[in-house]
Amino acid sequence: MTARTLAEKVWESHVVHREEGEPDLLYIDLHLVHEVTSPQAFDGLRLAGRPVRRPDLTQATEDHNIPTDLLGGLIEDPVSRIQVETLRANCSEFGVPLRSMAQDKQGVVHVIGPDLGLTQPGTTVVCGDSHTSTHGAFGALAFGIGTSEVEHVLATQTLPQRKPKTMAVTVQGALPSGVTAKDLILAVIAQIGTGGGQGHVIEYRGQAIEGLSMEGRMTVCNMSIEAGARAGLVAPDETTFEYLKGRPHAPQGAEWDRAVEAWRELRTDPDARFDREVVIDATALTPFVTWGTNPGQGAPLAAEIPDPSSFADPAERDAAERALAYMGLQGGTPLRAVAVDTVFIGSCTNGRLEDLRAAAEVLRGRHVADGVRALVVPGSMDVKAAAEAEGLDRVFTEAGAQWRNAGCSMCLGMNPDTLAPQERSASTSNRNFEGRQGRGGRTHLVSPAVAAATAVVGRLAAPADL
Amino acid sequence: MEPFTVHTGRAVPLRRSNVDTDQIIPSDYLKRVSRTGFADGLFREWRAAGDFVLDQPEYAGATVLLAGPDFGTGSSREHAVWALQDAGFRVVVSSRFADIFRNNALKGGLLPVVLGSDAVEGLMAAVETAPQTELTVDLQRCQVDCGGQNYRFELEESARQRLLQGLDDIALTLRYEEEILAFEASRLSWKPKTIPAIT
Ligand code: SF4
Repeated sequence: MTARTLAEKVWESHVVHREEGEPDLLYIDLHLVHEVTSPQAFDGLRLAGRPVRRPDLTQATEDHNIPTDLLGGLIEDPVSRIQVETLRANCSEFGVPLRSMAQDKQGVVHVIGPDLGLTQPGTTVVCGDSHTSTHGAFGALAFGIGTSEVEHVLATQTLPQRKPKTMAVTVQGALPSGVTAKDLILAVIAQIGTGGGQGHVIEYRGQAIEGLSMEGRMTVCNMSIEAGARAGLVAPDETTFEYLKGRPHAPQGAEWDRAVEAWRELRTDPDARFDREVVIDATALTPFVTWGTNPGQGAPLAAEIPDPSSFADPAERDAAERALAYMGLQGGTPLRAVAVDTVFIGSCTNGRLEDLRAAAEVLRGRHVADGVRALVVPGSMDVKAAAEAEGLDRVFTEAGAQWRNAGCSMCLGMNPDTLAPQERSASTSNRNFEGRQGRGGRTHLVSPAVAAATAVVGRLAAPADL
Repeated sequence: MEPFTVHTGRAVPLRRSNVDTDQIIPSDYLKRVSRTGFADGLFREWRAAGDFVLDQPEYAGATVLLAGPDFGTGSSREHAVWALQDAGFRVVVSSRFADIFRNNALKGGLLPVVLGSDAVEGLMAAVETAPQTELTVDLQRCQVDCGGQNYRFELEESARQRLLQGLDDIALTLRYEEEILAFEASRLSWKPKTIPAIT
């Protein structure tokens, strides 16, 4: 048999129907649903008189446009409220299980899948959300889809897809201390560009990836889409099994042993070929932040903001000029001199327990700088409970940060947590697009440790600067 | 879906790369539960900043959007496609599309045409010189005609047929019901289930 990559193996084991010249029809093991990209899909089902084929393979949650204040219950914005109520009505009509805001086990769609043990190696996972790539950290083939495709999966539990190309990102050596998964993935995106992964599934491999916790791997896979990739994944290993074991929806007893045995086979064959390979030296990495308005416009924190004239490519130069004008920054300014108004710690990129621990470690016994607003928003209510059990909530509140219920919060400007025009944030989320965190808001993407240090200093900073 | 065969219309040049879907339609419009009515949100921030190419009178009524590379990156929101369609666009031309945007466009009947960057530049230059220039985008011949020049493009045959005939993807898939059932019967027993919900 020909040697195959992990992505190809998972793909092949889900082909329901194949026909020359047609996309493959893939079976979907897990379909995650949220309020924003589903209402029109449920409408489509109703119009055609179709049921949800497999509600038992579907999980809905409320996350994008809910408030995260600790009152938990009232959505003041009537348009958001209608959307959340629409999801509730659709889930009850079609029999889809739903996790509702501020309730047990609710959270950001890409945090609860792993939390609950629903995300498992070798599965196919889709969601009407581009950061579905997060679930690839478990060796799942996980990708974002549009609303028409959501309807397709609801109706058929399958999806016609063209087979993507494969790409290996090999991260050699170990990450230096103080350098995190977030710094790594920001550096990868800066290197390959926001379109660099287009049409590909990226497999992250190498010593630095193997050394990452599941949380770290999720951070890396989460941002695959920011490099334009269809999906990102990591071969499952002991770290994966350890994380999954005992989670509510993970296999139990003898089933667990059989599953682990099968999961161990999920790796790229030694002589398999990737369509493209990129090698990164982990040992050379340092804390990395973005200065522009796409996730590829980043630089080491120790560097200066690049001068647009330093870009050889006219399109890049243009984009850099436009980005700096929007960001209100000058080329040549040291990144450490950039002062922020707000720090956001959370999202499906960095809203898991390990991320909160990293931030808390920096904030313990310190205080958020005067005039800086700091928000800490756990990715799920489970993460919130676990953090509180460790006393992290007190570390944050004593440092002057706000502690919240789970949700997408300031990752996107759809709920009450937004930046005001020209307000500047250091954010552990994944997108620094114009207006992403609120109209006119200016976003610098950073790791949780850099976010926490920045909150203390009031300017972009790493824990080592404190 | 409305079939797409041949479309003739004027074009507007959007000389920006990496146009993400947050720019195409800002997230506050995503709170709606309808599939139409997004035209006023299309490129809202850039329009508000003034002097935006889509608002220049010579390009009013354009139905073909000529865009820079990496169009439609970022969020999976299909609202980006709906907003472009609501504003009258039938075709977007770029040298590279983000995958999810391209899928969404094909599903919705907005034709994503991939041309080499020189060809896109040629078209942009043509409509900048003469905004009244009409383009003909012919999906039967996979060709764009503009002022005597023509440019071939490629689209996978299955997607092309779906667009030409305006077929419903779900109905097409349901023809394979037996295969889906057979696949389901062979699925491994430990695969995750969301029901019964765990409390
Ligand atoms: S946290 Fe941000 S990126 Fe993740 S699902 Fe929510 S809005 Fe999307």
